[in-house]
Amino acid sequence: MFACIHGQGDLTPLAFEFSPLVERTSDDTVTFDASGLERLFGVAQDVAAAIMRRAAQRGLRVNLALAANPDAAICAARGFAGTHVIPQGDEAKFLGALLLAQLAPSDELMETLERWGIRRFQDLAALPPLGIAERLGPEGLRLRELARGEAARKLLPLEGPERFEDEMEPEYPVELLEPLLFLLARLLGGVTTRLATRALATNELRIILKLEPRGTHERVLRLPVPSLDSKAFLKLMHLDLSAHPPAAPVVHVRLEASPAKPQSAQSGLYVPIAPEPVKLELTLARIKGIVGEARVGVVELVDTHRPGAFKGKGVGAGGWGVGEGRATRIFRFKKQREALLFPTPIPGPPAPTPSSFRLFRPPRPAHVALSSTHPESVAAPGIRGRVIDLAGPWRTSGDWWTVDPWSRDEWDVALSDGALYRLYCCPVGWFVEGSYD
Amino acid sequence: MKNAAWRQEFESVLGTGWEWQAPHEPERAPTGIAEIDAALGGGLPRGALTEIFGPASSGRASLLASILAQATSRQEICALVDAEDAFDPVSAAAAGVMLERLLWVRCQHDAEQALKAVDLLIQGGGFGVVALDLADTPPEIARRISLTSWFRLRRAVEHAPTVLISVSRRPNARTCASLTVECARERVEWSGVRFTSRLLRGVRVRATSTQRRKACSPAFTVRVI
Repeated sequence: MFACIHGQGDLTPLAFEFSPLVERTSDDTVTFDASGLERLFGVAQDVAAAIMRRAAQRGLRVNLALAANPDAAICAARGFAGTHVIPQGDEAKFLGALLLAQLAPSDELMETLERWGIRRFQDLAALPPLGIAERLGPEGLRLRELARGEAARKLLPLEGPERFEDEMEPEYPVELLEPLLFLLARLLGGVTTRLATRALATNELRIILKLEPRGTHERVLRLPVPSLDSKAFLKLMHLDLSAHPPAAPVVHVRLEASPAKPQSAQSGLYVPIAPEPVKLELTLARIKGIVGEARVGVVELVDTHRPGAFKGKGVGAGGWGVGEGRATRIFRFKKQREALLFPTPIPGPPAPTPSSFRLFRPPRPAHVALSSTHPESVAAPGIRGRVIDLAGPWRTSGDWWTVDPWSRDEWDVALSDGALYRLYCCPVGWFVEGSYD
Repeated sequence: MKNAAWRQEFESVLGTGWEWQAPHEPERAPTGIAEIDAALGGGLPRGALTEIFGPASSGRASLLASILAQATSRQEICALVDAEDAFDPVSAAAAGVMLERLLWVRCQHDAEQALKAVDLLIQGGGFGVVALDLADTPPEIARRISLTSWFRLRRAVEHAPTVLISVSRRPNARTCASLTVECARERVEWSGVRFTSRLLRGVRVRATSTQRRKACSPAFTVRVI
């Protein structure tokens, strides 16, 4: 059974209240699949009454028709005022009085039918199909089917509003993490299934927990790439809620997912290995749980001469190794071509390896004995020795134009303990910054 | 000779007709230091634990930075678990490490945290190099790491194409390490006149490597930049 609503106003939400299969036939007409509504409301007349009641509540004045096929319902709703239920098999009789102009045939066909004296549905319905096919072609036949109320077709459904969220109110306040995760797993299962049916994934989950007696606890989980791996999401939720537990028992759980297109990238055969993004996110979450949130990530240099300056940042969006395959291959082919075109020169003595520096964080305060202006011995936590050789001082300063300036004199010293250190003197005192290693 | 005797003894017990295969040679990852790569037959073994140890200023960090620079230049993702928070990004970048491909885990002077982090990283998979830096951890604390923990790490990395490196003052992993590289400072190179134009130029390092069947001791120079 199909229902058609014809009138002014926003008809689509009204139709979606009764069915998920809704066709927006025109600006003033919506048609929807009403099969199964009898089980809720009773016979077809009761269904029609329920729809009209809801339309009245929404302040809509509409015509409604219910029929066995969508086109019969559309013709009836457009042609007759009020509510009509067309019994199955009686469509031709019911629609017979309607004017053919309602079917909007082409001008040429309409003129022909006018000349034949055919103006209403019943006139066209009475004509033999073979004769119509010979004289008017397929369009004429289609028009006859519509006039007889026999046209069968499928609806062109509208996409419903995309909302990937779910909520649940437990019978009693949840205090422990395990039962809370059990609820979240249920919500997550539903949301990911809905996403999967739309061929979508998610890279952001929002958990909103209402607390007793008031207040909310909100957490947002982000993945570098969209995924539907509910196990991974659940583990991430576990780790996140363990690190940031709600402050009070939870009385309401809500889960929202941001839909995103699933990632479809195939890495090349020769692309170096890289951690799988979802697995990496889990690993990072676990490590953050051990060492702390701000102590894991990728580091970036800062454009300054201030010693020890750097900027920490999270692992890049999309994880590592995603979308780099082509670039890597091009790089490899370029190297191969260069190797062919420009043969390797005769190797000379190997270039020295650049030295690395190990920093003491924080710098170790030192007692430095001076001989004239040069350090003679150094004593700091874990370091004690006579200066064997030294280079310096190197005076550096910067940021004098800001509220946080710095200036210092640096020495490279070799101590009698055998190690090479960088020592500096600033207005606060002497410090050992680190060692060459 | 010894192998032949063992083989004869086995065959006398089990019968003849056994196919004796040479042990699988692991894939090698170059360190970027030609002398060491030549001595080690191509670099550090993948799927195995390599232990680099030596006193302070013996070139351990420079060797590690060179390994990381090589790996990141091959577009591999590396992880550095820094037990004492001593990593200097500026000198590492100058040594050629692509910092955007290096995951830095800073442990709060806690070797146990560092071990757990390394274990998780290896289990997660996908890293070309995972380095555990215990170079500034006091030897008595590093020695407390049980052999079981090292064995666990060795087992975890066994079937992965990852180079697992531990940097420390003294050897700790014992038999769990497939390769040990001992760094020792031979001499410090200075230039100029003392107190006027003196400059620290570099350190000459001798790296002594012990593998199960062979030992070598290449030397290389670390240049201060």
